[in-house]
Amino acid sequence: MKLTSSWALCLSIATSLAFVTTGQSQQISGAGATFPAPLYQRWGVEFNKVQPGIQVNYQSVGSGAGVKNFMQGVVDFGASDAAMTDDEIAKVSAGVVLIPATAGEIVYAYNLPGVIGLKLTREVMAGIYLGTVKKWNDPAIVKANPDLKLPNNPIQVAYRSDGSGTTYVFTQHLSEISDDFDDQVGTDKSVTFPVGVGGKGNEGVTALIKQSPGTIGYVEYGYAKDNGLSMASLQNKSGNFVAPDIASARDTLSNVPLPENLRIWPVDPEGANDYPIVSFTWLLLYKKYPNAEKLKALKEFVSWGLTAGQSFSESLGYVPLPQPVVEKAKAALDTVQ
Amino acid sequence: MSAPEKDIISPAGYRPAPDLFRILCQTASLLTVLMLGWIIYEILESAWPSIQKFGFDFMTTSAWVPNRERFGVLPFIIGTVASSLLAILLAFPLGVAIAIFLSENFLSASIRQTMRFVVEMLAAIPSVVYGLWGIFVIIPIVKAFGDWAVGSMGDFPLFSGPAYGNSLLTASVVLAIMILPTITAISRNALASVPKTLREGAYALGSTRWEAIFSVILPTAAPGIVAATILGLGRAMGETMAVAMLIGNSSRLSWSILSPSGTLAGLLANQFGEAQGLQVNSLMYAALILIGITLIVNLLGEAVLRHTQKQTAGIR
Amino acid sequence: MDSIASHSLDFFDGDRSVSSKTVARSVTNRILSGICITLSLLTLVPLASIIILLLQKGLPLLGTAIFTELPPAAGMSGGGFGNAILGTLVMIAIGLAISAPAGILSAIFINEYAPTSRLAQAVRLVAKLLTGIPSIICGVFAFAAVVMTTGTFSAYAGGLALAVLMLPTILLTAEQALMGVQSAYREAALGLGATRFQTIARVVLPDAFPAIMTGVMLAVARAAGETAPLIFTALFSQFWAKSLNEPTASLSVLIYNFSTVPFPHQIGMAWTASLVLVAFVTIANIAAQTIFSRKN
Repeated sequence: MKLTSSWALCLSIATSLAFVTTGQSQQISGAGATFPAPLYQRWGVEFNKVQPGIQVNYQSVGSGAGVKNFMQGVVDFGASDAAMTDDEIAKVSAGVVLIPATAGEIVYAYNLPGVIGLKLTREVMAGIYLGTVKKWNDPAIVKANPDLKLPNNPIQVAYRSDGSGTTYVFTQHLSEISDDFDDQVGTDKSVTFPVGVGGKGNEGVTALIKQSPGTIGYVEYGYAKDNGLSMASLQNKSGNFVAPDIASARDTLSNVPLPENLRIWPVDPEGANDYPIVSFTWLLLYKKYPNAEKLKALKEFVSWGLTAGQSFSESLGYVPLPQPVVEKAKAALDTVQ
Repeated sequence: MSAPEKDIISPAGYRPAPDLFRILCQTASLLTVLMLGWIIYEILESAWPSIQKFGFDFMTTSAWVPNRERFGVLPFIIGTVASSLLAILLAFPLGVAIAIFLSENFLSASIRQTMRFVVEMLAAIPSVVYGLWGIFVIIPIVKAFGDWAVGSMGDFPLFSGPAYGNSLLTASVVLAIMILPTITAISRNALASVPKTLREGAYALGSTRWEAIFSVILPTAAPGIVAATILGLGRAMGETMAVAMLIGNSSRLSWSILSPSGTLAGLLANQFGEAQGLQVNSLMYAALILIGITLIVNLLGEAVLRHTQKQTAGIR
Repeated sequence: MDSIASHSLDFFDGDRSVSSKTVARSVTNRILSGICITLSLLTLVPLASIIILLLQKGLPLLGTAIFTELPPAAGMSGGGFGNAILGTLVMIAIGLAISAPAGILSAIFINEYAPTSRLAQAVRLVAKLLTGIPSIICGVFAFAAVVMTTGTFSAYAGGLALAVLMLPTILLTAEQALMGVQSAYREAALGLGATRFQTIARVVLPDAFPAIMTGVMLAVARAAGETAPLIFTALFSQFWAKSLNEPTASLSVLIYNFSTVPFPHQIGMAWTASLVLVAFVTIANIAAQTIFSRKN
């Protein structure tokens, strides 16, 4: 009996510690996609320095759970790599405003010592993940890279084993450019590739590539860049090979015709110099907020994120939004009441 | 709670009353038993849509394709069993050797005490730390071994290439270290409970130490060691984090131990976060299968252990 | 082997064949002992490797800020994981609040009141089976029971998952502890006219208390290191928790999350957190053994 009461004491002490409040600050809570989480969390910290009265807490629970929490109204804003479907939007009585907040660029990163500037045709991009292109000196690769010395080694393929928006955007593009890929694999946050080894998270895939020469995998640009991995130039719709970098991704994104609801995937961009695999990620806001204080704080935060916040994007591996997109996003933010 | 004597003989002690404390304890016991039922019920309930849809085929098909709503866990069941068996194969000789070391007097008692502490420390290291360590230390070693093995024994299906760093073998090596404490502790108990008279008898008949170990002590302790192995197997099957970080999480079937594989526990850890709809139900179904397998293995281990205890009790 | 054998033979005067056999046996004996000792000492290699790696990568960031500050956001330096340490402690406390009473009271029932009853046998079996249940299943269960019902990840859900994990350890060690109390004590107390409750509360429990605490500490040590039950029950949080009904940070999940990011400072934090966690678990284990050996 003494035992239980002493533990009850511990519990109550711990609980009271946990309940320490932070004064009069305005709390904003958000939840959703894991891909932009490092950026949103950094925004939270930096914005708190500018506006000490406002604390933004972003939980990376995954896009699916983020949309679910947002629809249940347990968070002040959601975040999703897949935006929201019309069905989902229709179920939110307060209305929904989608705000593109940052963007990502997915690259084919590879580990082939001595091979720099690899080019991949659309056929090869899909073939590698279908297991039909098996060796580094496959004629299809050699043809696009006549100057490179490609080894007669098997291609080791790496992919994401966990569900992720990165996989969604990646498979969406491959399904668009290859009917075989669409048939055999399809588009989703987690799919089953006929070849390869799975790593958890962008970092898991990055580690797989780093560990073994001969490996290729898809990761977000920032991860490949920070880890010094070689990245392949990809063939776009116009047939040009485009190297992945922040500038090419920004060009692509500025060319995307944004619709009214700001929900669009540049699945296979058409511009001559567009990098083919890029995507926005969205903040999900309600059209109407009952609490005026909260509304004001939230709008301040999002507005700050769309402008000053963009300067943190590049160092963390995200693509800063092009100016026209920022303008449209701010206009959409103004409709929130 | 101090000085109980006074109260016990005080008149209040004689007050007959319904034993509320007994009822409290009984309720706690009932709750404990119900706990297992509750666990299985909750998971069964969440898995139900998937069970209805896929039935038994869930366990015999190998497609795990969330976007097509096709779910089968055969590769993960095989991966779970294969990685655990391989881990046992590696851990068994080590575990038994340590158990013998700890129960014999090769070296001074203080060294044995230290050794025991070392093995217990292995049990204290969190799974996720084993995962981190495995990434930094074991993967490069296994990768180097794999490249060599593919070169020299590549024709043998178990070692067919290409060799990956994240593979069944990597996961099994780390698992082997993780289950070592379980195997050692239970084996040591089995060895320690071999009656002294048996050993003395063997020595009296002129046996050397190892003749006594092989002809008398190990055979007597064998059922206990078998139980230790089975319980170690159960432990390996349920291990999650380290395996998820090391095995490569592939749903393809391969004969090669140098290829990536996947386990049921790893599947749950990887996919629960972003799963939706039927995928959640299917993951629950996979969890149910994992419970089933580990329960059977542990029941078996317990049965062997109990049988052993009865037997050695007879000798004493 | 031949040379050793013939050399040793000089010491024997008796029948040549018998003594050569004896020597061979003694040599085999020594070789086997050598193998056994070598295999055992081999265990030191992984442990030493883990500890060296932990110190090497974990020490640089170790400081007082670790315990008081919040985790650094991506690309930032400094910070700590005070909220994760608190979260781990809070969830262990919740787990204990459920599992300690349930486990100890059950143990009292199956050892003091009705050791041979069907219920007692069922409790023993269930406890043994719960020991074998994979820790991730505890998480799946708490997800289904709490997260899906309340619609939010929380310290409660994490605590419940840990409770399931701790229950069998506490129950089984408590039973052992109670068994270790000499029955003469009970008989004496009952003989002096104490009720069953008085006997248990005043005589049996005080005597068994240190051993029961050992079990509790072992359970705490095990729960502290577990990640799998927490990743989708308590999830994680960047901030100090304001209630028990919201996502809560923990050391083990911090290690898991931060070990899979590309930001070197956060990876460093993961190692430091590993070091702190291993130290905590080791201290809990040593405490458990000290309590136990002091009793003996």
